[in-house]
Amino acid sequence: MKRLAIRPAGQVSAAFRFPAHSIAGRVGTSFKHEHLQAILADGPRDHFFEVHAEGYMGAGGPPHAALNKIRQDYPISLHGVCMSIGGPQPLDKAHLQRFKDLVDRYEPALVSEHLAWSTHGTTFFNDLLPLPYTAATLARVADHIDQVQEAVGRQLLLENPSTYLIFPESTMSETSFIAELVLRTGCGLLLDINNVFVSATNHGFAAPDYLASFPLEHVGEIHLAGHAQQADDEGELLLIDSHDCPVADAVWKLFDVIIGQRGFIPTLIEWDSDLPDWPGLKAEADAAQTIIDRHVQGKAHAA
Amino acid sequence: MPLEGGERGLCGEPSYAADFSRALLDPDVTTPTVVAGPKSKSAVKRYNVYRNNVTVSLINALAAAFPATLRITGVDFFRAMARFYVRVTPPSSPLLFQYGRDFPDFIERYEHAQSVPWLSDVARIERAWLDAYHAADVQPLMPCDLATIPPEQLPNIVLKPHPATRVIRSRFSAVTVFTASRSDGPESHIEVVEPEDALVTRSTLEVEVRRLPPGGAIFLSHLMIGEALGAAALAAFAESPSFDLPANIRGLLEGGAFTDVLCAES
Repeated sequence: MKRLAIRPAGQVSAAFRFPAHSIAGRVGTSFKHEHLQAILADGPRDHFFEVHAEGYMGAGGPPHAALNKIRQDYPISLHGVCMSIGGPQPLDKAHLQRFKDLVDRYEPALVSEHLAWSTHGTTFFNDLLPLPYTAATLARVADHIDQVQEAVGRQLLLENPSTYLIFPESTMSETSFIAELVLRTGCGLLLDINNVFVSATNHGFAAPDYLASFPLEHVGEIHLAGHAQQADDEGELLLIDSHDCPVADAVWKLFDVIIGQRGFIPTLIEWDSDLPDWPGLKAEADAAQTIIDRHVQGKAHAA
Repeated sequence: MPLEGGERGLCGEPSYAADFSRALLDPDVTTPTVVAGPKSKSAVKRYNVYRNNVTVSLINALAAAFPATLRITGVDFFRAMARFYVRVTPPSSPLLFQYGRDFPDFIERYEHAQSVPWLSDVARIERAWLDAYHAADVQPLMPCDLATIPPEQLPNIVLKPHPATRVIRSRFSAVTVFTASRSDGPESHIEVVEPEDALVTRSTLEVEVRRLPPGGAIFLSHLMIGEALGAAALAAFAESPSFDLPANIRGLLEGGAFTDVLCAES
């Protein structure tokens, strides 16, 4: 378990191929190819874009052409979805190399992954699956984070999950588990406030209590997204982390509180299916910016 | 290291992931006992959220990769067929754009698709289309690049295929059906009995699918495994006496099927 010599986000040397856009002060959105022409025509200022790393692991073609175009004008956040950091089996070395290659190629301002697993044996399940929080899983996940950070030469932001059930064998709370991972690996955190709200509702705890025990000083990015409603076996509300609708009012309120406590943190509106048009997505980012501006005094934000 | 309970994983260690994943793709397996709802609640519907996420997201991935196939079958038929496929052949790679490589073979065997025998060939073209879409960006060989080669050396040249280049052969009119099904136009009756071979290329950012002329598929297939032009042409003539060598070379170069020309030993 060693700490890394980490290149701070946004500090990019002249030898790199892309402009060194700083992510400080920016609110971003998921980058979807459907929006490319509208984004280029609109030219939003002080914006950043987040991409799912796996969508750019092909050799070439339109995905890379689009990302190259966007990366010229904006900082990007590279968000891994499939590293399976929370799984019991060793990381996929080929996948780790592909992830590193993308970091080298696009010089992202932020690099993140999930506290979850998605591959077991040889099967990829294409979902962010939960894990028990025990001494054994803590050691394994910390080891995996070390490997990723060593491979990419960057600090990794680890995202808190949304979950629908628990493992009775868990011996630690999620926030203690995450805080311990930060201590052991020097990783940063991606605080997904929608995930906190979804899990709080699903497990019957108070989201503010979770946030009070979350190591906020290590948060390098915030995610905001929409969720859907279902019912559990007892007929009570079960929230689904669906990324297919606007951010809920309760999540905006929690965001307001966090920004009030921490000041500015790069904030992303995540939207992955049932996409709105670009102005609709940008309006969500503007709503986040309004909350940030209310808290961050004297901020030189271009209108 | 404390034990976590459950069956042993790949490394001989116990694995919550083995217990959790066993029922993900099998609706007949009961909810794993390693999980529970909070405060003594049941975990059946809660676990089913993950089951649903896995199956639906993989069906969606296939629907996105095979839009012409979906248009031909209709949404309900496609999703039912894809659900069977997902359960027996889940992805083995996190790169979902590589998923469904044997989906066309599955369709060919699929009991309920037997009345549409060209469906699997349309799916093969779609799978090749997606491979071409993600292939490496390489400048294709231009027709003028061959102009400087002395005619007597032409039989000995070897043409290096572009990473996007694919050939799909069909006993049916799969290229015509593919093209019609990917267009926004109204559905029209297509006579599907004539065999068609597809050339899939991507010389810039746009994937192109065109029909190969008679003998073209066998010609290109031989070139793609590194045979010299003369030998590939002989193979094409053997299959198709009407094989037109200059027209085929011109068509392949226009499609951007190659990246380089080398001279083989004569």
